Amino acid sequence: MASSVSLSEPIHHVALSLADQLPILQIIIPFITAPLIVFLGVRQLAWPLAFLASVLCVVTSSLLLKQVIDGSEISYQLGGWAPPLGIEYRVDAVNAFVLLLISGIASVVLFWARLGLKAEVPERSHALFYALFLLCLTGLMGVVITGDAFNVFVFLEISSLSTYVLIAQGCHQDKRAFTASYNYLIMGTIGATFFVIGIGFLYMATGTLNMADLADRIALQHDNRTIQAAFAFIVVGMGLKAAIYPLHLWMPNAYTFAPSPVVAFLSGTATKMALYVLLRFMFTVFQPAFLEEVPLIEAIILPFAIVAMFASSISAFAQRDLKRMLAHSSVAQLGYMMLGIGLFSHTGLTATVIHLFNHGITKAALFLGVGCYVFVVGGASYEKLKGLGKTMPWTSAAMVIAGLSLVGVPGTAGFVSKWILVQAAFEQGWWIFAFLIVLSSILAVAYVWRMIEALYLASPAEGAMSQEVPFLMLLPLWALALSTLYFGLFTDITLGAAKAAASGLMSGSSGMF
Amino acid sequence: MRHHLILRVITKLLVGTIFLFALYVQFHGDYSPGGGFQAGVIMAVGFIIYGLVFKLEKAKAVFPPWLVHKIVALGVLVYAGTGVYSLLVGYTFLDYAAIDPHSPVHGQHLGILIVELGVGITVTGVMVAIYYAFAAHAPNLKDEDW
Repeated sequence: MASSVSLSEPIHHVALSLADQLPILQIIIPFITAPLIVFLGVRQLAWPLAFLASVLCVVTSSLLLKQVIDGSEISYQLGGWAPPLGIEYRVDAVNAFVLLLISGIASVVLFWARLGLKAEVPERSHALFYALFLLCLTGLMGVVITGDAFNVFVFLEISSLSTYVLIAQGCHQDKRAFTASYNYLIMGTIGATFFVIGIGFLYMATGTLNMADLADRIALQHDNRTIQAAFAFIVVGMGLKAAIYPLHLWMPNAYTFAPSPVVAFLSGTATKMALYVLLRFMFTVFQPAFLEEVPLIEAIILPFAIVAMFASSISAFAQRDLKRMLAHSSVAQLGYMMLGIGLFSHTGLTATVIHLFNHGITKAALFLGVGCYVFVVGGASYEKLKGLGKTMPWTSAAMVIAGLSLVGVPGTAGFVSKWILVQAAFEQGWWIFAFLIVLSSILAVAYVWRMIEALYLASPAEGAMSQEVPFLMLLPLWALALSTLYFGLFTDITLGAAKAAASGLMSGSSGMF
Repeated sequence: MRHHLILRVITKLLVGTIFLFALYVQFHGDYSPGGGFQAGVIMAVGFIIYGLVFKLEKAKAVFPPWLVHKIVALGVLVYAGTGVYSLLVGYTFLDYAAIDPHSPVHGQHLGILIVELGVGITVTGVMVAIYYAFAAHAPNLKDEDW
């Protein structure tokens, strides 16, 4: 009885300011707005609320990045329970950077969707669409911000489940969206299951779920079979979600049949999020010393990165549909990011992180452009795109800029990341990789050229009527296209953040607070 | 279902008891096995058995699909709203001590009760929504088919 009395004594509490709450605000703003949209059930309010939430996310993530870009870390304890028992949100340069990318692309895509979504999804589904979009955003950002391994799985499921439905929304255009979405559901569920099996093994071997705590305990038992098996499960599971080369088969169909704003959002964020989780687990939880002991890098990551760069570029070239071509090219570009990991150096990881960002904005721009074409001509096959360079000059010009960034032409964001990747290859003395990077870029020229050829050199089909999309749809497209130029010329922000991120990753876990 | 007198009478008798039991599991969850999820499922079962025995339309008249949508969202809002309250008064998200700063244990107790209520509301909504979605696709059974 005496103890219960002492428990009820008031505990001295220092009130937290709003600035201390930033890590959780990042997640709960979209998370609360989503059910609010459904609860209010007013279609006219859905878009403004969703857009407002995404803009607030951009604000919080930039404030967070500002705090951690010097290499410091923020820890936030949910419910006041201290880690490792409680759930902890941990913000450092790597995930603040990814958070900014995810929330930034989400708000640009939402801005575009106000006019652009109508062409692909009937208006009666719009309120639910935006609610799902925000849930997906919540899940993606939650995976990135959390410092708890099981929490990663929970947020992963939030984002995945909403993604499946968002992709299936393409059924209003083409019924094959259902099978594409179902395919992704099966593959994604296998991926998530593998991931959670890995987490289970880790918990079995260490008895903790906090990432920093896991890192401390794994460091003591590298030769434990359970931990090695956990590593394999986590890499394969996340590889499935990230569409790393041999595990990418769900991706082309899912991206082809989903509504364009969904693809623009997912291509810029979902695979990037999965790649971030891979980085986080490989370098923070298992730490570089463990990676040197397992034959993952030289036996799996490097060979498949090279295969991805070539095989997917070639299949991208063979496509007859712009959307499908871009999906295949995403797999090829992921090859570059894997190559950066495979080089296993500070410069290599810098290249991975910066390419994650640069490719994110480039692909989002390209898919938004595709959305503009779908808006006007109702499809994105090269047949339908013929001659649109003349009737839709602004959209097409933005597509060319983003296309150049995809190839990696100097002056664009794509060049910066490839340049650093080549540097990283030279640093290790592996000039053959530098050569392969350049060679695969030539393949990229070939597949981007097919798009430009259709847009500008082919004569339009007879009787085809087309006109430019409204200004409010061009604005986000151009914002992304110009940002690929901006980040190609002024690399202070991106390179600074990527370098800080790479140093953080290479130094392994920073331990418990 | 006209001639299934026993089914109809028993169902009518049971539905009320089921709801009562759901509320018991809901609010007694912190002393005995149970809680929001179990209570939500039991509550939904009350609607589902009503729909099974008295046709889907009758169940939809009692618990219309638009209301199901709102209920699903409402529960999440109750849960997250508790967290936002603790956040607004200067505690971390979902720190229930914020509900009664003078007696944190009482605060924790109250907090888990409110949060579990949110879980119960949403689970009820989701279970009924799933039933509606599947039942709406199945062709109606005629009495002769039984």
